[in-house]
Amino acid sequence: MPTDAAPDIVRLANVRFAWPGRGAFTLAVDGFALPARQRLLLIGPSGSGKSTFLSLLCGILAPQSGSIEVLGTDITKLGASARDGFRAEHFGIIFQMFNLLPYGTVIDNVLLPLRFAPGRRKRATAKLSAEDEAARLLDRLGIEASLARGRSAANLSVGQQQRVAAARALIGAPELIVADEPTSALDRNRQAAFLDLLFNEAGAAGATLIMVSHDESLAGRFDRVVRLDEIARVGEGAPA
Amino acid sequence: MIVLRLALQSLMNRWVTALLTVLAIAFSIALLLGVEKVRTGARQSFADTISGTDLIVGARSGSLNLLLYSVFRIGNATNNITWASYKDLAGRPEIAWIVPLSLGDSHRGFRVLGTTPDYFTHYKYRRGHGLEFAAGKPFADLFDAVIGADVAAALGYKIGDPIVIGHGLGTVSFVAHDDKPFRVSGILKKTGTPVDRTVFVSLEAIEAIHVDWQSGARVPGQSVSADEVRRMNLEPKAITAALIGLKSKLATFRLQRAINEYRDEPLSAILPGAALQELWGLVGTAETALQAVSAMVVATALLGMVTMVLTTLNERRREMAILRSVGARPRTILGLLMAEAGVLTVLGILLGIALLYGALLIAQPYVDRVYGLHLAIDPPGLNEWLTLGAIALAGCVAGLLPALRAYRLSLADGMTVRT
Repeated sequence: MPTDAAPDIVRLANVRFAWPGRGAFTLAVDGFALPARQRLLLIGPSGSGKSTFLSLLCGILAPQSGSIEVLGTDITKLGASARDGFRAEHFGIIFQMFNLLPYGTVIDNVLLPLRFAPGRRKRATAKLSAEDEAARLLDRLGIEASLARGRSAANLSVGQQQRVAAARALIGAPELIVADEPTSALDRNRQAAFLDLLFNEAGAAGATLIMVSHDESLAGRFDRVVRLDEIARVGEGAPA
Repeated sequence: MIVLRLALQSLMNRWVTALLTVLAIAFSIALLLGVEKVRTGARQSFADTISGTDLIVGARSGSLNLLLYSVFRIGNATNNITWASYKDLAGRPEIAWIVPLSLGDSHRGFRVLGTTPDYFTHYKYRRGHGLEFAAGKPFADLFDAVIGADVAAALGYKIGDPIVIGHGLGTVSFVAHDDKPFRVSGILKKTGTPVDRTVFVSLEAIEAIHVDWQSGARVPGQSVSADEVRRMNLEPKAITAALIGLKSKLATFRLQRAINEYRDEPLSAILPGAALQELWGLVGTAETALQAVSAMVVATALLGMVTMVLTTLNERRREMAILRSVGARPRTILGLLMAEAGVLTVLGILLGIALLYGALLIAQPYVDRVYGLHLAIDPPGLNEWLTLGAIALAGCVAGLLPALRAYRLSLADGMTVRT
């Protein structure tokens, strides 16, 4: 449970967003805050504006009005390319599936964010070389060195791909891990095992975790559970 | 550069389509450069055909016509020059040498040129090369003939072989000067000019075989034997044209005007270089058409490349979303796709150059032998490099089309991974 001392790592206020030229789909968030190091489960069925919410949070989309503070920076005040840089430095993102560039090697896939985030590169290479740090993370997430070296990512199973994606999100210890239904492609046993690994590593790195899912049965494992429709209002029109 | 490495790996992942695209560009480039090579080769061959001759004189006609029949053995003279006029010209003080040419007969498809042995010393080609004998020597006897390298090769003639000259210019002559056969006295070395396809005899010989002919047919019941003809006066009555060399180039235009205004007979004098320029003007349209066609082929290949990159975009939206999620700017994605188009174009250009020079190495001796066209194997000139640079640039710019589309897609997709 959050302590009162923990500062908010994410704070949204009066956010209004409308897709340009896409009917009247709008998303409004009056207020939302998340303390550091929390593990948040965001429950949202598809069509609830989940993708739009995450895109706003990660700074890929900019709202028409309102503020989105991450680590004390209002990212709506940043230019588009500064937001991209900010995302690279402070966010680790895991998608539902197809997380990896299939033709790249496993190691290259894990190292990819460091190319865009010099701060993360510095942290990742504080003790080891970037490649060794990637191998260490992969090892912790249960990907053997033989799989990691020189193999193209396309040869991995779905479960292995998700763990490589987790290693990519974790490398260089970004403050926020955002996972969009990372376990929906996995069966029950693997889901639990994947979450254990993710929680361990995120905890070890001191990262805040935001996970989106439509599966409420996972709720018991998180510090806090929020239904997206409690914090965000979706307007009329086709969802993006 | 991990992003560049991944971009190359992405390209390798699609190597079949990428290779086909590169090949299409390569062939178009090889065609473009090849057309240019043939064009310059052909011009050079034409320009190399005659050198060292200051003026060509013939009956009054267009300068192009005179050049074509006197030097290239193409077409026919409209009229002759009388021997008197020729002798008058030959006596002028500005003239260093003058070689008469008499055309109109043929031997099995090869033109027969009546001239004097001076032809073999004064006719120059390819910037001052003189004619050389591969075997034998210039004609000395009335019925001696010298043949060009192609004539010897095509008909298998050796020194001493008899040949019969046909009247007129067809491959198959229905009327032949068969009562007065010639003997091959010399064979010239290959020159890559119309000389190779010519049979040379003396002016007197041309006169001799026409002694008993009138108006292009044998006079019935009047036959002069070869021995009788030797005793006759064989001074020619007319010739077709003459090549003139001057003591001083400064006299060229003065003499040209004098000949053009010659009182006794309408004559024309031309400068070979100026007439060649006129020829370029004439064939220039065809050259431009060829260049336009090959330019269009290059444009088609580039279009194919753009199509290829565009069609892969949809399946690569995932790639874009992943790159965006790790912090790649839309501009990075724009740059990646332009770089991809650029890499494909440059690879195509390099392969195209390799293809061209490979083909040149193989085909050059054949083309030289069969068409008398010497294709120089030299590195591309400044103009070619500029053209290639422009094409590489055009490739990158063409890459803007898919790149901008990817840019828009990646902005619209945001964090959604579409598959």
